[in-house]
Amino acid sequence: MLYREVGQFKTSYAADQAIFPIRQDRIGSIVVLLVAFAVIPLAANEYWLRTLLTPFLIYALAAIGLNLLTGYAGQVSLGTGAFMGVGAYAAYNISIWLPSLNIIVVLMLAGLVAAGVGILFGLPSLRIKGFYLAVATLAAQFFLSWAFIRVPWVTHYSANGIVTFPPLVLFGVPITTPAGRYLFTLSIVAVLALIAKNLVRGNAGRSWMAIRDMDIAAEIIGIRPLRTKLLAFAVSSFYCGIAGALVAYVFLVSVEPAAFDLDRSFQILFMIIIGGLGSILGCFLGAAFITLLPIFLNRVPTSLGLPLSTATISHIEFMTFGALIVFFLIVEPHGLARLWQIAKEKLRLWPFPH
Amino acid sequence: MNLSFITEVTLGGLLAGVMYSLVALGFVLIYKASGVFNYAQGSMVLFAALSFVGVLELDVPIWLALLLTVAIMIALAYVVERLVLRPLVNQAQITLFMATIGISFFLDGFGQEVWGSDVHALNIGIPQNPIFLGSILINQFDLIAAVVAGSLVAALALFFQYTRVGRALRAVADDHQAAMSVGIPLKSIWVVVWSAAGIVALVAGIMWGSKLGVQFSVALVALKALPVLILGGFTSIPGAIIGGLIIGAGEKLSEVFLGPMLGGGIEAWFAYMLAMLVLLVRPQGLFGERIIERV
Repeated sequence: MLYREVGQFKTSYAADQAIFPIRQDRIGSIVVLLVAFAVIPLAANEYWLRTLLTPFLIYALAAIGLNLLTGYAGQVSLGTGAFMGVGAYAAYNISIWLPSLNIIVVLMLAGLVAAGVGILFGLPSLRIKGFYLAVATLAAQFFLSWAFIRVPWVTHYSANGIVTFPPLVLFGVPITTPAGRYLFTLSIVAVLALIAKNLVRGNAGRSWMAIRDMDIAAEIIGIRPLRTKLLAFAVSSFYCGIAGALVAYVFLVSVEPAAFDLDRSFQILFMIIIGGLGSILGCFLGAAFITLLPIFLNRVPTSLGLPLSTATISHIEFMTFGALIVFFLIVEPHGLARLWQIAKEKLRLWPFPH
Repeated sequence: MNLSFITEVTLGGLLAGVMYSLVALGFVLIYKASGVFNYAQGSMVLFAALSFVGVLELDVPIWLALLLTVAIMIALAYVVERLVLRPLVNQAQITLFMATIGISFFLDGFGQEVWGSDVHALNIGIPQNPIFLGSILINQFDLIAAVVAGSLVAALALFFQYTRVGRALRAVADDHQAAMSVGIPLKSIWVVVWSAAGIVALVAGIMWGSKLGVQFSVALVALKALPVLILGGFTSIPGAIIGGLIIGAGEKLSEVFLGPMLGGGIEAWFAYMLAMLVLLVRPQGLFGERIIERV
């Protein structure tokens, strides 16, 4: 009843091609943004902002990056963590050489460096496909993880690869409160998510999907695999790089190479599987799910009065993760985003299904 | 840098490579017969080793422990087939791959929850002390591991070539549809394959477990086996062995000769880079089946 597009006529091409063609969706997304920008910083306490919402947004951004590559372009990557690390360490080096540079420029440059590295490790994708490629991206993960520790100039000659980032300053104003950091992250993530949403509707996104669905057929209808695949790697790594730089600047401040190891890559991969491959909304749903699940699993036994050891909790976390992934793949291979879509279809008819 | 030192390093590398091959074999078995890239193989190695040690610690004789663990692995294969593979039949390969990542997480948690996450020592009487062959120093343990791997491959080859089940497995690997239409029960074949991979995992787990101690890091050995796998090709059992030998020797030689130039620790990625370079020339690995694509 509420969610019905009857009577919303599209009278121009622009209206037909809008991102949210249905009025309820437009209002809905504005409400979500308003809540995120205005209500949450006031309502949420410091703990929520610092340890839940900010990392959730950053990982959602990394998930968007991986989803562009894996969900849209169909190239499985297990090197997300490393590309995030490249962004983080690039941002660190840039901020050392040019301390007065605007933070937003630093983030963009860090993203560009990550994009360059992404293109380099994307090159094998032109020849290698499927599982072979997945394993080849592991080469990126292990090589870069090694470089963060062993190549001295990457960490500016820090002994063990641990670097401490300069304080976050935007246009001369230091951002120190959790709410400020949250808003800073939110602005960047909102803009980049909007860009990604538009990107996948346009020429780039459509050629990625064509390559994903069948690369030979796509090549025959005139999509250049070289450009398309490398563009996917570049854009994906750009997003991951910015996410990595944000992790470093906003969330962790003091960064060690272990923050960008293989586990991180898998974590982001799970986000997009559970959220939904090939969906921007899914990245946020998946990131929320994966960030909240450990906290939920930590709290439930204590609130039920079951005294479980930390080892047991971490094992149960592993098992739940694994079981959930299998469960989602069986029940809904398209993830939470697909469930939301089904709910919307139902809502269009509700409460008069005939 | 004398010759005997180089020979010693190479030989040590080759023998270490055999240990990787042991793990890689499990991947090949499952991929060959069902087209599933089983990421959980490493976790199966850990799970098998943990179960074996756990059963041993209940004061049962070693042969009974072995039998019991084999039974556990077969039960695991049955459960995996029933709960994961059967509902996902006809899904894209990548979906199945991700499902096995899920299995791997589950097994890691489950095994450590049931059998405990402490480091267990595993001693089944394999001598660890090095011996001299001529002027070359060799670890006896590695030598025995090589013999074990060799006999495992021989046994698998015989099994695939001469038994009824083995022939059925090869038929399924060639063409699912055709195999089903001549009456080969696909579902039980999957259980057989996963059981075989489980038993290979047990052997690998015992070998790695007695080398490193049974602990979580045994599961990470699978990450070392992946480059072996892509180097040799996903579908070739001899490929897994030869890939292991190349990776093992290459890794040790590069660590000795290239390592000091690059700051050390290059073992972590050298195998992957080597495998990737080979893939650029031969995308299906050294011995893999040629990938033929049709639109």
